[in-house]
Amino acid sequence: MKYQKYANKFVDKPKYFLNCLKAFIAGGIVCEIGYFIQAAFMYFGVDRDTSGICSTILLICIAQLLTGFGCYDTIAKIGGAGVIVPITGFANSVVSPAMEFKKEGPVLGVGSKIFSLAGPVILLGIATSWAVGIIYWILMLF
Amino acid sequence: MQIDIMEIVWVFVIGGIICIIGQILMDTTQLTAPRILVLFVVIGGVLGGLGLYEPIVHLAKNGATVPLPGFGYSLVRGALKGLESDGFLGILTGGIKETAAGISVALVFGYIIALCFNPKSKAK
Repeated sequence: MKYQKYANKFVDKPKYFLNCLKAFIAGGIVCEIGYFIQAAFMYFGVDRDTSGICSTILLICIAQLLTGFGCYDTIAKIGGAGVIVPITGFANSVVSPAMEFKKEGPVLGVGSKIFSLAGPVILLGIATSWAVGIIYWILMLF
Repeated sequence: MQIDIMEIVWVFVIGGIICIIGQILMDTTQLTAPRILVLFVVIGGVLGGLGLYEPIVHLAKNGATVPLPGFGYSLVRGALKGLESDGFLGILTGGIKETAAGISVALVFGYIIALCFNPKSKAK
């Protein structure tokens, strides 16, 4: 036991560091892709807000296509949180449970499983926006 | 628009740091990926409400908007915009309005992809 504790000290630390490094690089790359898509749209004369929305949409589409082809799990194994925390991870979490439940039909299978992971994210996000909005509203009354 | 080297660096660094926080949460706690997604959206929303996320977005652009806290931030920003323009009703509708493009594309395009592709069963 003592030896194991002693040995774990040396095993775990580099893994944490390596995972963080991978997440940093993968996350940075995903954000750069978004940045360059937006820059490309702006280069062709689209305004900042619209091109931002377009780059988000394209990132989502790319991530979902990769999920469809089965590449995203492989990327996630390498990148870790680096590809889960960006919007691409959200897009992946919409598709992957839906694909698994294809046998249960297009409505109750795919249609409902689309929301199994995305539902909580959207719901709690909206709930947060309500909470903040209502706090601001109360503060405005005084 | 000219491409600014410092901007590119900040996009990479801030985007990477947000992902490192996610990785540390995944490695050190028992939180699963969906919980982390929810947590990040809520954190982004709260920071947006406190006015702390705005400077990060100014500094890092896509580095702050592509990760999920950016999603929470734009939900809150939409709700506050709605409050300004439509009063109380704006709070209820503003968040979705601001993120409508992302949410509807993710759902509908995701539905199409899920119908078109079959899951690859990989031996692990």
